[in-house]
Amino acid sequence: METLWFILVALMLIAYVVLDGFDLGAGIIHLLVAKDETERRLILRSIGPVWDGNEVWLIAAGGALYFAFPLLYASSFSGFYLPLMIVLWLLMLRGIGIELRSHVDSPLWREFFDFVFSASSLLLAVFFGAAIGNVVRGVPLDERGFFFAPLWTDFRVGPQPGILDWYTVLTGLLAFATLAVHGAHWIAYKTEGPLNERARRAAARGWYLIVALTILSLVATLNVRPQVLDNFRAHWWGWLIPLAVAASLAAMPLFQRRRRDLAAFLASTLYITAMLGGAAFAMYPYLLPATTDPARSLTIFNAQSGPYSLRVGFIWWLIGMALAVGYFVFLYRFFRGKVSLEEREGY
Amino acid sequence: MDAEVIHRLHFAFTVTYHYLFPQLTMGLAPLIVIFKSLALWRGDERYNHAARFWMRIFAINFLFGVITGIPMEFQFGTNWAKFAHYSGGVIATTLAMEGVFAFFLESSFLGLFLFGERRLGPRWHWVAAFMVFLGSWLSGYFIIVTNAWMQHPVGYEIGPDGVARLKSFWALLTNPWAFWQYLHNMNGAVITAAFVMAAVGAFYLLARKQEEYGRLFLKAGVVTALVCSMLQLYPLGDAQGRMVARHQPVTLAAMEGVFRTEAGAPIVIIGQPDVEKQRLDNPITVPKMLSFLTYRRWEAEVKGLDAFPRDQWPDNIPLLYYSYHIMVGLGTIFIAIAVVAAFLLWRRRLYEARWMLWILMLSFPFPYIANTAGWMTAELGRQPWLVYGLMRTSEGYSPTVSAGNGMFTLIGFMGMYMALGILFLFLIWREIEHGPKFLSEGPSAIPPSAKILPETGD
Ligand code: HDD
Ligand code: HEM
Ligand code: HEM
Repeated sequence: METLWFILVALMLIAYVVLDGFDLGAGIIHLLVAKDETERRLILRSIGPVWDGNEVWLIAAGGALYFAFPLLYASSFSGFYLPLMIVLWLLMLRGIGIELRSHVDSPLWREFFDFVFSASSLLLAVFFGAAIGNVVRGVPLDERGFFFAPLWTDFRVGPQPGILDWYTVLTGLLAFATLAVHGAHWIAYKTEGPLNERARRAAARGWYLIVALTILSLVATLNVRPQVLDNFRAHWWGWLIPLAVAASLAAMPLFQRRRRDLAAFLASTLYITAMLGGAAFAMYPYLLPATTDPARSLTIFNAQSGPYSLRVGFIWWLIGMALAVGYFVFLYRFFRGKVSLEEREGY
Repeated sequence: MDAEVIHRLHFAFTVTYHYLFPQLTMGLAPLIVIFKSLALWRGDERYNHAARFWMRIFAINFLFGVITGIPMEFQFGTNWAKFAHYSGGVIATTLAMEGVFAFFLESSFLGLFLFGERRLGPRWHWVAAFMVFLGSWLSGYFIIVTNAWMQHPVGYEIGPDGVARLKSFWALLTNPWAFWQYLHNMNGAVITAAFVMAAVGAFYLLARKQEEYGRLFLKAGVVTALVCSMLQLYPLGDAQGRMVARHQPVTLAAMEGVFRTEAGAPIVIIGQPDVEKQRLDNPITVPKMLSFLTYRRWEAEVKGLDAFPRDQWPDNIPLLYYSYHIMVGLGTIFIAIAVVAAFLLWRRRLYEARWMLWILMLSFPFPYIANTAGWMTAELGRQPWLVYGLMRTSEGYSPTVSAGNGMFTLIGFMGMYMALGILFLFLIWREIEHGPKFLSEGPSAIPPSAKILPETGD
C-alpha cells in the first residue's frame, strides 16, 4: 500500500508539472515571443480556460501527499517554510497576472500585469526545480524528523545546507529551461503565423540549454548523492527511464524542425515525466533523506498514515481521479485547436 | 511575541481573509443557477443577462478565493506541523478529498461556464453552472468536516506511534457536528449573497440606472434574505447552540457569559464580561431563557464556567463572548430588515421606498461580519484545544519555525492581502458600474478589455 501511494503521489506531482508547467513556461517566454497586444492576448487565451484546473493538481497532489505521508508533509512543509511561503506569494501573483490584465483597457495596467505574470512564472519554475534538488540532496533532519532550512548558507553542499546551494540552483535552472521550452511548444501548438514561428524558434534555442543542464545535473547528482544508483543496480528495467530521457531529448528538435508542434509538446511532456519519474525511482523508498544521520531519513514506511486509511483512500482516489480525468479530457477537447481572437468569449 | 501567538495570528488572519471570498462564491452559485433555470423555463433573456452579470462578479470573487485558499492548504504543514503530523491520518482524508472531488469539479466547469456559453448552448451551460455550484458546495462540505473533526473528533484511534489515525471513514464523513455546522454555515453564505444582491439592486434604483435589473436583483435578494435569515436562527442556529451545549459545555458557558452554574439560567442580551471578577457588568437579561433554549426546560441547570477547571476555559473569553453576541445580534437585525423589506415588496412599495433602499444598500457588509464573528466563536470557543480533548493548541505549532520567521511571513501576507483587497474592490466596483444593461446591448457596446464577452440572445 505504501508503495502504491508513493507511485500515486508521484504521478499526481508529475501531472502537475506537465500541466501547469506549460502555463508557467508560457509565462516565462510571454514577453519574449509575443510582440504586440494581439499576440499577448493569444497566449493568455491559450492557457486561460485551463490554468486554474492545472493548478488544482498541485493542491490535489499536496493533499494526497499529506494524506498518505503526514509526517513527511509536516516535516518538509515546516522545514521548507520560507521557500514555500515565497512560492505561495508567487502563485498568487501569477494568478492575478493572468486574470486581471484584461480587465482594464489601459496600456500601463497591462504592462504591469504582463510583467507580474512573467516574473512570477519564471521564479516559480526556478523554485520548483530547486525544491526537487533539495529533496534529492537531503536535509538536516533532527531526531523527531523535523528540520528548518534557511534560504541559503554558504551555497555549498554540506551537512547544513541552505535551500539554495550550487546544486539546487543548478536543478532550478534546469527546471527553468525545461518549462520554458515546454511552454514554447504549447504556444507553438496553439497558435499560427509569426507567433507560432517565434515560439518554435525559442523552443529550438532552449533545447541546447536543456541538454547542457541535463548532463551537468546528472553528473552533479551522482556526486551529491551516489546512492541514486542503488535502485538502478537492483532493477535492470530502471534503465528504461534514462533511455526515455535521451529519446525525448532527441525527439524534440526533430519534431521542431518538421513543424510537428503537438509531437514536440508530447516530447517535452515525456522528458518531464521521465526525469521526475527517474528521480522518484531513484529515491524509493526514501521520501526525504537526512544529511545528518541516514537513520533519521523519512521513508514511505515511517511516514505513512495507517493501513486502513490508505486502503479506503485508494477506493475514493480511484473514483475521484476517474472523474477528474474525465473533466480534463472534456475540457481540453472542448478548447482544442488554435486560439484566435474571433471567438467573442475570452481574454 | 512567542511562536505560538504568531502562528495563531498567522492562521487566523489568513483564514479570515480567505473566507471573505468563498462565502460569496458559495452563496451566489445557487442564485446563479436559479437565474439560469428561470431563463430556460420562462424563455426570458433578461434572466440570462442577470446571470451573466453575476457570473462576472463570481469570476473575480472566485479568483481571489482560489489564490487566498492555496496558502490555507499549505499552512497545516508550514505553521502547524505537529498538528499536521498528529491529525493527518484522519483529516488529511477530507482535505485530499476536497481537492480530488471538489476543486477539480469546480475549476474545470468554471472554465466551461465562463468561456463556453455560446458553444455549449443554453442547456449545457445550465449544466456547467450547476456543476460549479455543486463543486463549491462540496468543497464547503469537506472543509467543514475537517473542521468538525477538530471540534468533535470521531472515527479515529490513537496508533502505536501516538498519533491519530482513521478508524472509520463513514464516521468521519457523517460526524454529527458537521451536519449542523454545514447547514448553518452554507445558509450563512447564502445570506451574504442575498444581501449583496439586494444591495446592488438598491444601488441601481437609488442611482436611477439599470432600473429593470435593479428591481430584479432587489426582489431576488430580499426574498432569499427573508427565507435564509429566518432559517439561520431557527432551526439552524438553535441546533448549533444545543450541539455546543452537549459536546463543549464549557464553550457554551463562555460564549453566553455564564460564570456561575444556575438552574433556570437567564440569557444575556447585553453586558460586558469581566473575567477577573468573574461577573458580567451592566447586564440586560431575559430570565430563564437560556435554560429553555438549550434544554427545552425553564428550570434546567446550565453549567457555568465555575463548573470547569480553569485550564479548560477558552483563553479569550471576552472576544469569544462578543463574537457570539455580534453574530446573534446581527442575525436578529437581518431578520428585521428582511421582514420589513419583504413586506414593502409584497405591498409593491419597496421600489419607491428610498429609506429602505438606503438601508439595503448599506447593509451588505454586515453578513460578512456575522460570518466572520461566527467562525471566531467556533474557533475561539474550541480553545485551549486544537483538537477538542486530544491536543492543545500550544502543542500543535511547528517546532522548527521561529517566531521571527512567522512574523516575517505574517507581515508579508498582510501586505499582499492589502494590495489584493484594493484590487478586488476596484474591479468589483467597475463591474457594478457597467452593470447588466450594458451586457445586453450587444457586442458593439463592449470595450475590448471586457474579459468575458457576453452574447445577445442565441
Ligand atoms: C450570516 C451569518 C450568520 C448568522 C446571521 C448567524 N450565524 Fe451562527 N454561525 C455562522 C454564521 C451565522 C457561521 C460562520 O456559519 C458559523 C461559524 C462556524 C460555523 O460552523 O458556523 C456559526 C456558528 C454558530 C454557532 C457555533 C459556535 C461554536 O461552534 O462554538 C452557534 C451556536 C451559532 N452559530 C448560533 C447562531 C444563532 C443562534 C444565530 C441567530 C440568529 C446565528 N448563529 C446567526
Ligand atoms: C473560514 C472560516 C474560519 C475562520 C474565520 C477561522 C478563524 C480562526 C481563528 C480566529 C483562529 C485563531 C484562534 C485563536 O488563536 O484563538 C483560528 C485558528 C485555527 N483554525 Fe480556524 N477559522 C476558519 C475555518 C477553519 C477551518 C475550516 C479549519 C480546519 C479545517 C480551521 C483550522 C484552524 C486551525 C488549525 C487553527 C490554528 C490553531 C488554533 O489557534 O486553534 N479553521 N481560526
Ligand atoms: C483551513 C481552512 C481552509 C483551507 C485549507 C482551504 C483551502 C482552499 C483552497 C486550496 C482553495 C483553492 C481551490 C482552487 O484552486 O480551486 C480554496 C477555495 C475555496 N474554499 Fe477554502 N479553505 C479553507 C477554508 C474554507 C472554508 C471555511 C470554506 C467554506 C466553508 C471554504 C470554501 C472554499 C470554496 C467554496 C472555495 C472555492 C473558491 C472560492 O469559492 O472562492 N474554504 N480553499
